Amino acid sequence: MNQHFTAPAEATDQPRATPQDVVRLVDLKRRFGATPALDGVSLTVRKGEILGIIGRSGAGKSTLIRCLNGLERPDSGEVFIEGREISRLGERDLQPLRRRIGMIFQHFNLLSAKTVEDNVALPLKIEGRPKAERLQRAAELLDLVGLSEKAKAYPASLSGGQKQRVGIARALAARPALLLSDEATSALDPETTRSILALLKDINRQLGLTILLITHEMEVIRSIADRVAVIDAGRIVEEGPAWSVFAEPRSDITRSLLGAIRPQLPAELAGRLLPSAGTETILRVDVAGEAARGPLLSDLAAAVPGPFRLVHGGIDHIQQQPVGTLFLAVPGSEAGHLADVITFLKARQARVEVLGHVANSV
Amino acid sequence: MSPILFELLLRSIWETVLMTAASGLISLVFGLPLGLALVATDRGGIAESLWVNRALGAVINGFRSVPFIILLVALIPVTRLIVGTSIGTWAAIVPLSIAATPYYARIAEVSLREVDHGLIEAARAMGGNRWTIIREVLVPEALPGIVAGFTVTLVTLIGASAMAGAIGAGGLGDLAIRYGYQRFETSVMIAVVIVLIILVCGIQWAGDRLVARLDRRG
Repeated sequence: MNQHFTAPAEATDQPRATPQDVVRLVDLKRRFGATPALDGVSLTVRKGEILGIIGRSGAGKSTLIRCLNGLERPDSGEVFIEGREISRLGERDLQPLRRRIGMIFQHFNLLSAKTVEDNVALPLKIEGRPKAERLQRAAELLDLVGLSEKAKAYPASLSGGQKQRVGIARALAARPALLLSDEATSALDPETTRSILALLKDINRQLGLTILLITHEMEVIRSIADRVAVIDAGRIVEEGPAWSVFAEPRSDITRSLLGAIRPQLPAELAGRLLPSAGTETILRVDVAGEAARGPLLSDLAAAVPGPFRLVHGGIDHIQQQPVGTLFLAVPGSEAGHLADVITFLKARQARVEVLGHVANSV
Repeated sequence: MSPILFELLLRSIWETVLMTAASGLISLVFGLPLGLALVATDRGGIAESLWVNRALGAVINGFRSVPFIILLVALIPVTRLIVGTSIGTWAAIVPLSIAATPYYARIAEVSLREVDHGLIEAARAMGGNRWTIIREVLVPEALPGIVAGFTVTLVTLIGASAMAGAIGAGGLGDLAIRYGYQRFETSVMIAVVIVLIILVCGIQWAGDRLVARLDRRG
């Protein structure tokens, strides 16, 4: 497992339990027939953070999230929720625990026969709360998600985004310590996705609610995750603060998942790249944090005489940290000017990769 | 039609309605839990128990494969045990109920099985137990189908009750055979058929109305 933690890591095999950990998974394994869905997953979710778990479909995400509230049982390994091991609890002992954990779903899973307010109030009904209290709490939550006027409506009359807002209100009804989000925006259009993610982020900030979400969309991670864990074939292949994983993806799977949202060399240009000898060399320059905050390009121009061109790229902001990818075209393909450019950029903590050469300037 | 025949017709209507309503109610009371049990004990159900599931399924199939007219006669000892007699309207209610219960259980099973598994999972994730899932999810979500299936069962029972004339249960079928067919009273036959059509249409109409009111799936 690649660790991205900037703080010096403790030399322990397993994450140490602290009161700050809402969830701690230790070497979780689960197989379905011959195929392992989880193949030794260890992970912690700290109080108040948003942890995003990303992976392709079939990577084990759903099995993982379902182990956290006992909907799925691991074959081996331990699941600690607020310090308590739950993976071997019986159904009856899991029920009160599940009331501490809210869950939202890709297909919302609202009850069609109940009104919006009755859907939201259902977790409280399960807890045995009196009706007046249930309806009051439902009204509060519908206000929070901006759907007060739909209290008496039935889910069938709502749009996808509204349904997910009801799902979120319902998940919060019993004042959970943890919110699990199972691909909650995967069935929504991009604009609705943004508004749902903004709502989740708001709730995280306002209520200090810990959120664990699984997704296959890097965009979701980019918008709201504090930390990200990349899962592939049942293993966590990479984990760290979101901006740091975005700036420095270490595994192929992460790079390929990032491909959708990070600047890529335009296809037209990529098609013309030659392995050697050309009039210009194309560089990919990745910068993050301090390196991206400074006047990198003007410093480069001042320090290294000679031309270079910005072909493509940009600076993105993840968790208020600048993360950028720039594609530069530098004349020449040998030592001299090109080597000076690369040396300067590397001295500024940028990662530089020579992608190839082009015969004629673009 | 003579006044005596007309009075007979009225009495037959009452007997048919009584048989249908009583055995319909009994099949609802026993058939719905049986349907729930079939769904709950099946693979992936909320109370998975394949052994129970297969046993229940076999008993239901057993009753359903016996033609009603044979069941009517074969159950005479049971009827005598429960009602005290094997003849008459109340006696017919026993075999009618025993035939309709497994029939309705299968219909209810189909509706219950169609409830989206995600909804059951959501209720479990909220900390609901089996009873919560049955009361808050399975039955309310399947209710339109449960009601529509009950309508079908009632209509089937009206047909089956005609055969109960064979054990002296009376009813419209019995009237039509004895007066309309055996005594060539064509007017009785026509009247019975008209009454049956009205009964069936009325039940179906009421059932459809109720389903439309209950269905919130949009």
